[in-house]
Amino acid sequence: MTVDNVPNVRTCITPLEENIRVLEQDRVGELSNKKKFNRKRKKIDVDIVIVGSGPAGMMAAITAAKQGVPSILLVDENHLIGGQLVKQSHKFFGSEEEKAGTRGIDLAVELMEQVNSVKTIQSMLKTTIIGCYNGKKNHKLIAIKRLIEGDQLIEINSKSVIFACGAMENMLAFPGNDLPGVYGAGGVQTLMNVYGVKPGKKVLMVGAGNVGLIVSYQLLQAGVNVDRVVEILPKIGGYNVHAAKLRRCGVPIYTSHSIKEVYGNGKVEGAILVAINNSFKPIPGTEQKVSCDTVCIAVGLTPSIRLLEQIGAKTEFIAEAGGHVAIHDSSMQTSVKGVYVAGDSSGIEEASTAMIEGQLAGISAATLLGYDKQADMLKKKYRKALEGFRSGPFGIKPKICKEKIACCWNGGINY
Amino acid sequence: MEVLTIKQYEKTGILSLKDLTLPNDEQLKKGVAIIECVQEIPCDPCVAVCPVNAISMKDINDIPKIDFNKCTGCKRCVGICPGLAIFVIKIRDDNALVTLPYEFLPIPKVGDNITALDRAGKPRGNAKIVKVNRSNKTTVVTIEIEKDLAMEVRSILLD
Repeated sequence: MTVDNVPNVRTCITPLEENIRVLEQDRVGELSNKKKFNRKRKKIDVDIVIVGSGPAGMMAAITAAKQGVPSILLVDENHLIGGQLVKQSHKFFGSEEEKAGTRGIDLAVELMEQVNSVKTIQSMLKTTIIGCYNGKKNHKLIAIKRLIEGDQLIEINSKSVIFACGAMENMLAFPGNDLPGVYGAGGVQTLMNVYGVKPGKKVLMVGAGNVGLIVSYQLLQAGVNVDRVVEILPKIGGYNVHAAKLRRCGVPIYTSHSIKEVYGNGKVEGAILVAINNSFKPIPGTEQKVSCDTVCIAVGLTPSIRLLEQIGAKTEFIAEAGGHVAIHDSSMQTSVKGVYVAGDSSGIEEASTAMIEGQLAGISAATLLGYDKQADMLKKKYRKALEGFRSGPFGIKPKICKEKIACCWNGGINY
Repeated sequence: MEVLTIKQYEKTGILSLKDLTLPNDEQLKKGVAIIECVQEIPCDPCVAVCPVNAISMKDINDIPKIDFNKCTGCKRCVGICPGLAIFVIKIRDDNALVTLPYEFLPIPKVGDNITALDRAGKPRGNAKIVKVNRSNKTTVVTIEIEKDLAMEVRSILLD
């Protein structure tokens, strides 16, 4: 979108202001000369910079600070610290130690307070990293901080970098997917749980993984009607307990069904569903119309690795990771020395495991800089916890993902 | 080769009584927790919250097992379970008490009339709320219903 003549603006993270002009943008944007950019770079030197303040990033910062690292910078493009945690109104699964039974939002507040109370952690919000370079002594990150008086260009020089950039939502290709009213599940959560806006009156949810099931339930809690959940696979992918919650509220789940198209005049007015056979082909004649004003797509995530690629970290396509991921060792270090990855950027998984990976990355980055307080013992503990999370049937995918990453780390794909 | 079969609940999301470990009549009279959590998911707060150690798990992915003889029906697990999958059932002489987790607004009150819903969300008659507790924003509601419905009713709709 174009906002106040500035193209390529992510309006979902841009606060509304008086007299703001928001326009649709259907072509490559051109920068207007009128907008004043402060092209003078502000230089910052830190020991560790962490990109992304979600569960992995916050834990990495807290852990590195506990190891004694004197200057840590936590950067996030959003106006709130906490990443996706702030949208999670449900209680988390996991173990006592990993805060099970705590709601994501409460956990976000708890971690935020910890981050803010540590003097060695500085957080920089509304700041987007637009480039990163691997130098001889330092890693250089170029950032833009959005300020009311104009954007500020910032050069961050850091001995170590932890990328905890999370993931992006997958979209589906079908006629009408560009109609207003077609949302990603994360977008719906942001609207409801961060901004307090109902996305619509009647929702069709596409995807019965945990995200689809949880967001459907949150929609019901917000007083929005969920017509049904459709899932292309023959079985529900998310936890049965989440599906059971929806079913007892009267929301049907249609497995082996998919969305064929969305129709409407200028906005979503309904969708056409179709049954799917065992070879994942639509069965002709099974089409049915569903009237709704919102279609919510929850069909998985893709790791955000663009910055990792730019800094030169080796990446591989791993289906179980959700796409391309940066190859890393068991200390979360990538192929570039001093550059680490944690959370969904290293393979799509859960918040609980993202937190542990963040701790691992934080410890490892601190150790590299010479700050070591029982690092080996802690690393062992975190690795054991990760192993535990990945040992059940729902942990198979991340387990395979991490095994493949380990194979790649040890010299290439031989699986 | 292992044959991949899809269980009915994996298609529908609805558990049947066959999928569950159920108490005997004697235990139901005392009032016990029924754990409707049949998949190995990494989660264990119910084990830690139980004051009488009636719930056990081998590891974090294990399916929780409950010792109905130890269980006192104290309902703490109902409020803590992140999956909202634990219910306490007590069969009395002329009716039954079903305690269930509820996470909708408005918060129900004692004396409210509600429609009782089963695992498929189907209305199964009217019932009255006899007890309401709050635990970490989860409302733990006890309703009084017909005995025959005690193993069926798992949700409520406020009138």
